[in-house]
Amino acid sequence: MIRARELTKHFRVHRRPPGFVAAVRSLFHRSYEVVKAVDGVSFTIERGERVGFLGPNGAGKTTTLKVLSGLLHPTSGEVEVEGHVPFRREAALLAQITLVMGQKSQLIWDLPPAETYAMNRAIFDVPRAEFDDTLAELTELLELAPLIDKPTRQLSLGERMKCELAAALLHRPTTLFLDEPTIGLDVAMQVAIRDFVRSYNQRREATVLLTSHYMDDVVALCPRIIVIDNGKIIHDGDLRQLIKKRDPDKRVSFTLVGPVESDALAKLGTVLAHDGQRVTLRVGERELPGVVGHVLGVLHAADLAIEDPPLEDVLRAMFGERREARDSA
Amino acid sequence: MRRGAARTLRAMPTLLRVGVAETVAYRAEFLVWILTTTQPLIMLGLWTFVAGFGTFGGYSANDFTAYFLADLIVRQLTGNWVAWQLMEDIRLGTMSMRLLRPIHPFFAYASSHVAAIPFRAVVMLPIAFILLVSSGASSLTTDPAQIIAFVPSLLLAWLITFCVMFALGSLAFFITQTSALADVYFGLFQIFSGYIMPLEIMPRPIQVIASWLPFKYTLAVPIQLLTKSLSPHDIAVLLAQQAAWTAIMLAVAMSVWRLGIKRYEAVGN
Repeated sequence: MIRARELTKHFRVHRRPPGFVAAVRSLFHRSYEVVKAVDGVSFTIERGERVGFLGPNGAGKTTTLKVLSGLLHPTSGEVEVEGHVPFRREAALLAQITLVMGQKSQLIWDLPPAETYAMNRAIFDVPRAEFDDTLAELTELLELAPLIDKPTRQLSLGERMKCELAAALLHRPTTLFLDEPTIGLDVAMQVAIRDFVRSYNQRREATVLLTSHYMDDVVALCPRIIVIDNGKIIHDGDLRQLIKKRDPDKRVSFTLVGPVESDALAKLGTVLAHDGQRVTLRVGERELPGVVGHVLGVLHAADLAIEDPPLEDVLRAMFGERREARDSA
Repeated sequence: MRRGAARTLRAMPTLLRVGVAETVAYRAEFLVWILTTTQPLIMLGLWTFVAGFGTFGGYSANDFTAYFLADLIVRQLTGNWVAWQLMEDIRLGTMSMRLLRPIHPFFAYASSHVAAIPFRAVVMLPIAFILLVSSGASSLTTDPAQIIAFVPSLLLAWLITFCVMFALGSLAFFITQTSALADVYFGLFQIFSGYIMPLEIMPRPIQVIASWLPFKYTLAVPIQLLTKSLSPHDIAVLLAQQAAWTAIMLAVAMSVWRLGIKRYEAVGN
């Protein structure tokens, strides 16, 4: 279980305007600013949950993950992961958690991943038989066989990420902190990693806390999301509920078989896109049956799909409103 | 605590093996690094030239040869670059990955440095050995007690150096760029350790200051054990002083680390 109560993390940041004069002046006088990266955050995550951590750049997502994994000492508040205080970095905790950072690698750069795996086996004191089993399983699931004996520096970004995941999971952690695990990867690789994380969570009843810029990752993996902005939690709960609360209207997309006037479409709902034969409307839940009946029965659409609004749009609107409120305050 | 120590001990053979593999992977850089620690050979040329005009400060040409080759051997086996590794890992945030492993980074870094020792020995020791036997052998000790004491003395010298470097590197938690501090350390080390000339031929005030600083216990003391005639009492005192400095520097290194880690910002993503 993961628990954070009134967690804050502040950084003292040196500010300096650009230019030569400012550079010289900063030698004698430095001005600092306190940045509240995490500002009074509280949440509880139960064993086996998959939770998405969302927010704009600099919202405090990664900082929170770093506090939870023991890399950072919190400025104030309480944190507990699997019954341990993370920043004490007790071996019993480190053996149960892992942190995968898309832009930081634990693989030894000039040696094949197999050497990092051997080192991790020794450091985490994984029994040989268990290590062999886990590695065989990960090798099959992530298709690592052709990669683990090549020097890490010669692997592509996607290959490295797969090897990285294996390195992070060899000690069979029960809590996974995943910070942008699919960054820079192509769509096929993103899907593969997503599927793998889900199956690991189900097989080992592992807790997963994920941050990602790719909303598809979050939608596919996390039934619950915590939205953080400016260091504060602004939503914690079911993903669909958030979408429903923020934007209950549905997106109705269909392909027309013949020409239809824009005015006629506008009577059905808000036209979000009308590109040739392809149309997307925003329709209220109450009007939905009537609109669907009209599109299929009167317009004879070739196909029709009803979807929730994209999470990106919901979040963009949410963050935009908050930014405006802050600016006008 | 005890389980942690047992786990670290069990992990050591693998860490050493991986350390060896890393050393071999960085072979060009490693060779260049070894070559940068050959300053004693230059000093050897200089001082044997000076001694060509007669003994200097009680040192004959052979004494200088023995001194600087012992200097080279001790430096080769005890020198390390952990301060620069720490600075880099803290500044770039790559320390994060080390902190996620259930082994104290002190031991993880130490193992990679210990793994490099045999390679440094293979490159430099034959040269030093040939020179020593050919021209400096007469100035070397033949006392078995001193030769035996040289082994723990070398180990303690390695530990003091490693702890000092670890403490210096850990200062990067407080001031991001500490390489200038490491340069200052090396400057002081050259004067007070006996690296560029035997402390006995240094001015008296420097000798007094040196006796209160850790530097000579990282170099001059093991050299003394190889090149001077010492009584069992002298040997015991030197080893005890080295042990005391090891304890002090270990405490300093751990304190700087403990205070510093609270300030770690884990920069980068």
